[in-house]
Amino acid sequence: MMIDIRDLQVRFGRGVDAVTAVDGVTLSVREGESFGLVGESGSGKSTVLRAVSGLNDEWTGRIAVAGAEQGPVRQTGFYKLCQMVFQDPYGSLHPRHTVDRILAEPIAIHGLGDADARIDRVLRDVGLGPAFRFRYPHQLSGGQRQRVAIARALVLEPRVLLLDEPTSALDVSVQAEILNLLRRLRAEHGLTLVLVTHNLAVVANLCDRLAVMNRGRLVEEMSVEELRRGAARQPYTLQLLRASQGYDRATAESFRDYA
Amino acid sequence: MTARTDTPSAPRPAGWRDWLTTDTPQSRAQARLGRAWAGWTAFRRNRLAVAGLLIVLALVIVAALAPVLAPHHPYAQDLNNRLMPPSAAHWLGTDAFGRDILSRLIHGARLTLMIVALVAATAPLAGLVIGTAAGYFGGWVDTVLMRITDIALAFPKLILALAFVAALGPGIENAVIAIAITSWPPYARIARAETLTVRRADFISAARLQGASSLRIILGHIMPLCIASLIVRTTLDMAGVILTAAGLGFLGLGAQPPLPEWGAMIASGRQYVLEQWWVAAMPGLAIFIVSLGFNLLGDGLRDVLDPKGD
Amino acid sequence: MADNKTAHDAPLLEVSNLRVAFPTRTGMAEAVRGVSFSLGREKLGIVGESGSGKSMTGRSILRLVPPPGRVSADRLAFNGEDLLAASPRRLREIRGRRIAMVMQDPKYSLNPVMTVGRQIAEAYRVHSKAGAAEAKRRALEMLAAVRIRDPERVYDRYPHEVSGGMGQRIMIAMMLIPDPDLLIADEPTSALDVTVQMQVLAILDDLCSQRGMGMIFVSHDLNLVASFCDRILIMYAGRVVESCRASELHAAQHPYTRGLLASLPRIDEPPGDLPVLSRDPVWLTAGREA
Repeated sequence: MMIDIRDLQVRFGRGVDAVTAVDGVTLSVREGESFGLVGESGSGKSTVLRAVSGLNDEWTGRIAVAGAEQGPVRQTGFYKLCQMVFQDPYGSLHPRHTVDRILAEPIAIHGLGDADARIDRVLRDVGLGPAFRFRYPHQLSGGQRQRVAIARALVLEPRVLLLDEPTSALDVSVQAEILNLLRRLRAEHGLTLVLVTHNLAVVANLCDRLAVMNRGRLVEEMSVEELRRGAARQPYTLQLLRASQGYDRATAESFRDYA
Repeated sequence: MTARTDTPSAPRPAGWRDWLTTDTPQSRAQARLGRAWAGWTAFRRNRLAVAGLLIVLALVIVAALAPVLAPHHPYAQDLNNRLMPPSAAHWLGTDAFGRDILSRLIHGARLTLMIVALVAATAPLAGLVIGTAAGYFGGWVDTVLMRITDIALAFPKLILALAFVAALGPGIENAVIAIAITSWPPYARIARAETLTVRRADFISAARLQGASSLRIILGHIMPLCIASLIVRTTLDMAGVILTAAGLGFLGLGAQPPLPEWGAMIASGRQYVLEQWWVAAMPGLAIFIVSLGFNLLGDGLRDVLDPKGD
Repeated sequence: MADNKTAHDAPLLEVSNLRVAFPTRTGMAEAVRGVSFSLGREKLGIVGESGSGKSMTGRSILRLVPPPGRVSADRLAFNGEDLLAASPRRLREIRGRRIAMVMQDPKYSLNPVMTVGRQIAEAYRVHSKAGAAEAKRRALEMLAAVRIRDPERVYDRYPHEVSGGMGQRIMIAMMLIPDPDLLIADEPTSALDVTVQMQVLAILDDLCSQRGMGMIFVSHDLNLVASFCDRILIMYAGRVVESCRASELHAAQHPYTRGLLASLPRIDEPPGDLPVLSRDPVWLTAGREA
């Protein structure tokens, strides 16, 4: 197992104001697998991802990555194993750093050396090429920025890539390019992907297996094959599937809240 | 075959302007210069800001070349020519000891520049360190640092400076220390506010996920974003610093005679202000022009550096 | 067709050669470059990617283009009235009362220090001169019409106390209470979850059919527009490259539209590379009347 999560609980705040964002989630992702975590806003899907990544340290339960048990605070070596790509390519790149500086930073932090060759290689890898190396983020389009963010995650040569809605801020034509890129990178580098999204079609395109979350709980796990056939077991998942088919007056009437 | 040139119609060798404005810089230096150039083009469009810059540059040049530019020695007394009005020999007149006011103003520019430079190099830096640390770490670090800042802010600036000078003894160095100590809190506030707006940004999270230490994040990622507004604020504050230094000088707690500090010069012209107005008015005019220069420059820099206007 | 043409069929909105230009350092940059269409009492979708000019088209109808942008058109008429020649005072009357606009994020459009109920009631009173009690009654009715379960309770809440979906319903209630003839909705559901999105669209759908209101629905979501609207304009680089009936979008002719459709991942297709759109410079110039 590449990622093994047991009974994960995440609470925000204290006392009476405490909100349980993730309530007893258990799931595992095999090595080399592409796993989708699907849900609506507030379902806790991003919170699970942030707990795995080490960004959120207020959780209880058990998280193991590549067989190593993880505490709330991570060792520096963990970040070479597991990297993350964020949703908003406009917010995830430092506005005053050139692409070069953005990519050189992780190399410097981990003392890897050979920065020039690494940066060149990873820029080519994400389809940007050396011409982009000394540009500032404001000189790039949204899709190019997301490629830089992916390059930054890849520069440490991680085995796991966590993707938090990586295409939802992009136009559909750019989304297709990024999805194709992620598929190629996964094959070339043998990456394990965890994709958080609200878009079932994106999961169907990129993932092997998925889990559906609602209000902090795991509703059901299924293979993408089953998703394609519409073979969901839980009514909540079926409702999500119907909602993804486009607008229909009668369908909209049938929606209800699932707690 | 007709004569045809072998060189394809490649783009002409780009001028330095194209080199600076290109979308595909070839090196770190070119990227940085290009960014500076873009800033300068924006700055240049503001006429008043350019005027401010020229005034500040003139102050620097006058200070650097004071011995060459000054027609007389700033301390050379000529008791036969006391309190002479402006004339061909003494363009701005002479003071109570017959010293040439223009020469004293020119040498005084050095003192003014020194005060400005020392305050600008210390107070904003202290504020930056305190503010970013408070904003980034939050919690008790924030509480402790910001309460100290609040206490420092609660004292009237000039009174506190007076107290410091009284304790340390009069003199220009002590005046600078007193001004620096009383002027860092607003910078800490600004730096903290800027830090709070960016510390939850995804690019800071991304830096944490690369394993960057808190020190590295503050120095390399947060401080560069605070510096712009601090530079603007510092520039705008410089007029106040000059006036405070002049005020201390005027009260006899700053520069001591015979140093040609502008505030002290006004103080010494005080008793003649009705009959021999130029003794006090000329240094006053100098303070006014330099303060105005810093204010105009600060306004222009705000338009260029502060991203909030976009 | 002229014989059965009634007032009901007359175009609500006529737009001809609409242009929106912004001055830049290197000259004028056109965000909208000659858009023409007419709208009856129907749901017209305007689809395009970011930078296609779809939002600017929607905003320019109400002359809500941020300065220094400039709007020009051969004709921009609402119910036969020339909007370009209208005085600022007349425009204010038309805005809100005859033409309403719903934006993507209700947070920026609602006053944070006034309860949502009062805001809706105010919106009614501004245009109707009704009394306070009457306005409150109408506001509560409107909250019920956008299917808010407990209107009395929601009436007294502040904008930050309601969820995104409810905020958008409140926005719609506020915009529709003066009973406008035309609603311009700019990505009204893009910030919402799919299920909430469907419910909000159902409300808009009902209000359109019940009140005979015309609607311009600006969105980036091809599937959504195809399933919700009657007719679609596809915009690219400031021009309309294609227009078609929503039900016939799958049979679109223009390579850009076809490319966009092909680049959408689908749940029922096996994983694999998606066709990537390659942009033809010809699309920039070969516009099409709608």
